Amino acid sequence: MTITEPTAGTGGHDLLPGDWEMVIGLEVHAELATATKMFSPAANTFGGEPNTNVHPVCLGLPGTLPVVNRRAVELGIRIGLALECTVQRCVFARKNYFYPDMPKDYQISQYELALNVDGRLELADGSVIGVERAHLEEDTGKSTHVGDSGRIHDAGYSLVDYNRAGVPLIEIVSRPDLRDPEQAKSYVEELRAILVAVGASDGKMEEGSLRVDANVSVRPAGADELRTRCEIKNVNSLRSLGRAITYEARRHVDLYEAGDAPRQETRHWDEEDGRTRAGRSKEEAEDYRYFDDPDLVPIDPSPEWIEEIRAALPALPRQRRQALIERGAPAAGAALAVERDLDGLAMAAIEAGAEPERTVTHVANNLAVDGAESLDANHFAELVTMETEGALTATQAKQVLADMVETGRDPATIAADKGFEAMDTGELETLLDQVIAEHPDEWSRFKEGEAKLQGMFVGQIMKATKGQADGKLLNQLLGRKAAE
Amino acid sequence: MSDPIAAPRTATDIAAAVADGSVAAVSIVEDHLDRIAADDGEIHAFNTVAAEDARQAAAEIDAAIAAGTAVGPLAGVPIALKDNFCTSGVTTTCSSRILQDWVPPYDATVVERLRAAGAILVGKTNLDEFAMGSSTENSAFGPTRNPLDTSRVPGGSSGGSAAAVAAGFAPLSFGSDTGGSIRQPASLCGVVGLKPTYGAVSRYGLIAFASSLDQIGPFSTTVADAALAFDVIAGHDPRDSTSIDRKLQAVTPALGAGVEGLRVGIVSELTARDLAGFEPEVVDRATEAAEALGDAGAKVEEVSIPSAIAGLAAYYMIAPAEASSNLARYDGVRYGRREPGVNTAAMMQASRTAGFGDEVKRRIMLGTYALSAGYYDAFYGKAQRLRTRMIEDFERVYADFDVLLSPTSPCVAFPFGAKADPLTMYYNDVCTIPSNLTGHPAISVPFGTGADGLPVGVQVMGPMLAEADLFRVATVLEQAAPPATPPSGASR
Repeated sequence: MTITEPTAGTGGHDLLPGDWEMVIGLEVHAELATATKMFSPAANTFGGEPNTNVHPVCLGLPGTLPVVNRRAVELGIRIGLALECTVQRCVFARKNYFYPDMPKDYQISQYELALNVDGRLELADGSVIGVERAHLEEDTGKSTHVGDSGRIHDAGYSLVDYNRAGVPLIEIVSRPDLRDPEQAKSYVEELRAILVAVGASDGKMEEGSLRVDANVSVRPAGADELRTRCEIKNVNSLRSLGRAITYEARRHVDLYEAGDAPRQETRHWDEEDGRTRAGRSKEEAEDYRYFDDPDLVPIDPSPEWIEEIRAALPALPRQRRQALIERGAPAAGAALAVERDLDGLAMAAIEAGAEPERTVTHVANNLAVDGAESLDANHFAELVTMETEGALTATQAKQVLADMVETGRDPATIAADKGFEAMDTGELETLLDQVIAEHPDEWSRFKEGEAKLQGMFVGQIMKATKGQADGKLLNQLLGRKAAE
Repeated sequence: MSDPIAAPRTATDIAAAVADGSVAAVSIVEDHLDRIAADDGEIHAFNTVAAEDARQAAAEIDAAIAAGTAVGPLAGVPIALKDNFCTSGVTTTCSSRILQDWVPPYDATVVERLRAAGAILVGKTNLDEFAMGSSTENSAFGPTRNPLDTSRVPGGSSGGSAAAVAAGFAPLSFGSDTGGSIRQPASLCGVVGLKPTYGAVSRYGLIAFASSLDQIGPFSTTVADAALAFDVIAGHDPRDSTSIDRKLQAVTPALGAGVEGLRVGIVSELTARDLAGFEPEVVDRATEAAEALGDAGAKVEEVSIPSAIAGLAAYYMIAPAEASSNLARYDGVRYGRREPGVNTAAMMQASRTAGFGDEVKRRIMLGTYALSAGYYDAFYGKAQRLRTRMIEDFERVYADFDVLLSPTSPCVAFPFGAKADPLTMYYNDVCTIPSNLTGHPAISVPFGTGADGLPVGVQVMGPMLAEADLFRVATVLEQAAPPATPPSGASR
């Protein structure tokens, strides 16, 4: 068990009126990257013709019984260990409610005893968010409403696709430790990176394999209390998450300042209108009648199995970023390199002697992820060194890099082939004087302050040198000559 | 009744005769289909008779034997299955309007195993809707009549399967037992009925009533046939997570082992003469059965298990609670009956209102209430604690006894409508429910007659996986049973 430390976060002061702060907890659902569904032999694949990835078990046909997918449990444990949770004996329970895209009209989930409890997640900025639990459950199908215009005489109907029904999910519930929308977004980004890193999920928010619900409340800044929260659903992107949290927190503040108070409810984010709306009313509030699923037996992962999974865990994003930073890479570049999964290449190049900052810049900005895995780390290190030692300009280095990825040749050969030799200042100055002589009018207008003409001069030089001129040096020269 | 079928009559004898080629499976099947055609109009044991499928399966068995191919232990044996077993391509209704025309796309594990053993499905038998009842009067398609006295119920909920064997429609049938639904109708119809250890037989493909209590078992006219059937259907199934994951010993070899030295306990709470609803003849037969076992060398003693009676209350919380969830899926969306509604919720509500009968609705409501927020601890939680205590009590008793004895049902077959009050009907399960709550096996064996010459069944209970001991005791009781005098109602 780990103790949650106090978190950073601005409290959203800049977003809220008065002396209020936000209290945010997130529930993240992620689809697990298994071959088959949580309790059924049907394939777990995205897309496909409706109702083709189905089997009597995930259709909930009478007489069928669920059997736990061992791989889903293993991925669940990986996630639990990556989030520093206690992995424990767990029990599947039924969550009972009627819904047409849920084949059994109950969802198999975990209620009192979850697979993973009491974890923590450290964000890129060093703040630590508590993880209450991460439990396994099954996904529902999808309904499409046809002809549902809302007009009373419109004969609407619904189509249901059960391809997604029974897909394994992990629900990761944070503690209410988040204090502003940016922090909430970085929590989701970090969690997503972990899920991808441990191979548990593809983490695609746009395909719905990662879904986020936000529990939002507010309180006087610095207070300890937890006030009434609302659960915001239907948040489909990180941007929406930030907007929805801000809207909801302001709504709460408005209510309190008007002498009123929010009531605990589920609300839906309306992306178009930029506001949340109440879901089902209190009268319809569900009693899920949870009870242990008698069709399943408790899962009690052995300590040996847990240790085996722990030993096979890959380095986590936080550890990988840290490793690059310790070798001298700037934090932002390191983060991007890890996000793009190219930190291994960067590290190898740095170890081969490349300058860390230039190395991560290339990895973060100039390398396409596709093909980069074929890049030889020593060649890459040579390229960075050629650039930092002045043998290549930044522009030339980018071109050589692209050629390296394409052909696999070494940078020196490519540079020689392309005729790349860094020009010294003298050559460039001579060339610039010629161009100025050819364009006297423009030059005097430029000297008088018509700054946009700088592009014309740079363009002429680049044309004459076939792009080999050092842009930074050229700009310095232009500035100096104009001031003469 | 039509003329008796020429020998062989039992599953054991039929399988032997078919296997050695002395009788054709097709003629066995035709004999039984004839009998069904003649008498089932009155008895109504069957919801569906699969005559053509049965003839074809029989022809295949005969062809296999002619070709010298090895056949299974039930080759050519006609079987009837309770209409809550999923049978691929054969309508499976649970005797409910909500599944009236539903045809499963798959076979239950038990059905697969029976087919692989050479058994021939002749039809699907009537039951109390979704197995909820003790008389088969709750079927949406009308009641089944007791073949021994057609003015009386066959018991339930597997009344159709019990009646099918008693009427000679099939030598072997199968039912499900959640609170006594195999043993009680076996007792009322004068046949053998086994509820195996929970987890000994796969539930995959058995349409659930109460998942933690349901168990599949056989009906037969002889103890040996029940043992043969159990050996075919028992064993681990990876598709049922509650299935016992170990190799089970065959029980057939234990049949003749006798009861010398076996420790037999008579449960005093279930044989007390002052218990309401217990007919004195029924208690007498149980006492005589114990004496017969003593004569055969068993050590017989009375034993008190106070929680045994309390099982009834726990059962009628736990079973409806599980049922309320298991039966949620019948909502008109994917299969089964659908009634129109202005929106999805209204459609679901209308379909369930029209599709379920009163007893099913009653139990769904009871169960929903028992699981509701604020009531869970007082009802469902308390019932589970009582169940745990009962298991401990029985385990403790089984440290000193190999098997326990009691009547199966407090009474013999009763007339239609005699127990219209649900609580009176529920009380009928008092002797059988403990074994469902504990998960232990129990068998009902005919042992003489009670009021009006109707059969009485004696129940033998044992600890987990003690089926072999139950069959040893049942065989001795079968041999010691007083000759059955046919009741007046049988002379039709």
